[in-house]
Amino acid sequence: MDINQIQEKLNSLSGWQAKYREIMLLGKQLPSLPEPLKTTEALVKGCESNVWLHIDLDESQQRLVLIADSDTRIVKGLLAIILACYNHTLPNEAKDIDAYLLFEDMGLIKHLSPSRGNGVKAIVERIQQQVNMLQ
Amino acid sequence: MIEQLRKDFPLLHQLVDEQPLCYFDSAATTQKPQSVIDAVSHFYQIENANVHRGAHTLSADATTKYEAVRDKLAQYLNVHRNEVVWTKGATDSLNLIAHGLSEKLTQDDVIVLSPFEHHANIVPWQQAAARTGAKIVVLPASKEGVLDHNASIELIHDLKPTILSICHASNALGNIHDVKSLIEASKAYSTITVVDGAQSFMHLKPDLTQLDCDFFVFSAHKTLGPTGLGGLFGRFELLNSLPVYQTGGEMIDTVSFSGTTFRQAPEKFEPGTPNISGVLGFGAALDYLNNIERDALIEHEHALYQYLISNLKNIAGVKIWGDTTHNIGVVSFTYKNEHHFDIATLLNTYGVAVRSGHHCTQPLMAHLNIPGTIRVSLAFYNNQQDIDTFISALIETIEMLEE
Repeated sequence: MDINQIQEKLNSLSGWQAKYREIMLLGKQLPSLPEPLKTTEALVKGCESNVWLHIDLDESQQRLVLIADSDTRIVKGLLAIILACYNHTLPNEAKDIDAYLLFEDMGLIKHLSPSRGNGVKAIVERIQQQVNMLQ
Repeated sequence: MIEQLRKDFPLLHQLVDEQPLCYFDSAATTQKPQSVIDAVSHFYQIENANVHRGAHTLSADATTKYEAVRDKLAQYLNVHRNEVVWTKGATDSLNLIAHGLSEKLTQDDVIVLSPFEHHANIVPWQQAAARTGAKIVVLPASKEGVLDHNASIELIHDLKPTILSICHASNALGNIHDVKSLIEASKAYSTITVVDGAQSFMHLKPDLTQLDCDFFVFSAHKTLGPTGLGGLFGRFELLNSLPVYQTGGEMIDTVSFSGTTFRQAPEKFEPGTPNISGVLGFGAALDYLNNIERDALIEHEHALYQYLISNLKNIAGVKIWGDTTHNIGVVSFTYKNEHHFDIATLLNTYGVAVRSGHHCTQPLMAHLNIPGTIRVSLAFYNNQQDIDTFISALIETIEMLEE
């Protein structure tokens, strides 16, 4: 599913249990990071759970490749949504994407507690930081 | 009786995401009865004036009422009014004590803590130890999270510690510690004993004269009172011998540019304008606690706790941590390898408010070898309906996680 499909799907579901079920399903479809990639350097600070994130450019050295994992099902689902926003975009395009805003639009930030909401913020900030370094 | 008491807590009667709130986070902060809320707003509406100064009526009345709460507190804890100091909370109290006692420490001194301590009862001592070279030793506990009482007593006899600082009840697991016998054991070595009463103040109403500790700390907001206020008890001579912590107005005797003299305890530890509205609100909280029938309340809390753990034990895969025999009504559990965050987040969609994580006790979680737990903490205003809602929400949560 691309990000528009995800957004449509989540918006069509009523009730938070259904939304979280879908988010966890998205997380299940996200491949797990191999243990050696769960390094301290890849840990995103400011999240309530462990989040590991790697960003690089693809073989053609043009488009972004993001891989990420979390030890919680819900955050892994949130990561799947964030990755769908940024994966395969050009670094220049990625700079203009604000996944946090998208989460706000879907009502997810309001529902997640500030520390968890800030977790999303921390992940998005980390992506933006690394995109800048890749350019 | 409980249904009547519940009506006194306006916050409990609200919907969260269109579902009735089930509040199980009282170990983090308790809800407030209307009388406490009224006392705070009444102060600002009608009584607001600074205390301990000014000849005008408002100031005199505010001072009288403010100081009357010190009497109420001293009475509640069965100590003398000069032995209680108002602070910002238990954390502030522990910092004041550790800072003060650190002047007495050298590298030959031992500070004994338990593995159950909140970070607030670890870090100030670590700082004191780092400054002075004193050593910190931790009491032994089982893998399930129960203090090994006999081995702890033995260790105290071996170490002859300078300071023993231990929680009366664990915030993470709810265990009640037999602090009285630990204090007794350490008396032979003139150990200075500090009890973290943040969790016991409301549930156990400790009699400090009987407990015979040197210091005791608490937070008002965990005992029906407002946030930003707490206090400490210190045995007068020892308390008064501590150096000043923060300085400023109110706590001084005379000030000149050649030098300053300080007042006696408790004033010497209370610089600046105090949290007057907080103290008055807390006075209402103490009145509330004093006016309810304590035995019936304890019986109710105990029955709720038993009902909760027996229901939880029926769910295969749930592991309850800590001491379920001596407990203030806190259940800390894990479910298989599921992350506490997922469970707590899903429970929230049913209106169930629990705490998840390490509960500011990372060393304890490391000892138990888990990243965290889900903590259900009860207060007397919870009822059986709350627990039924929680259990059915938990069962549905587990089903959702295992789909």
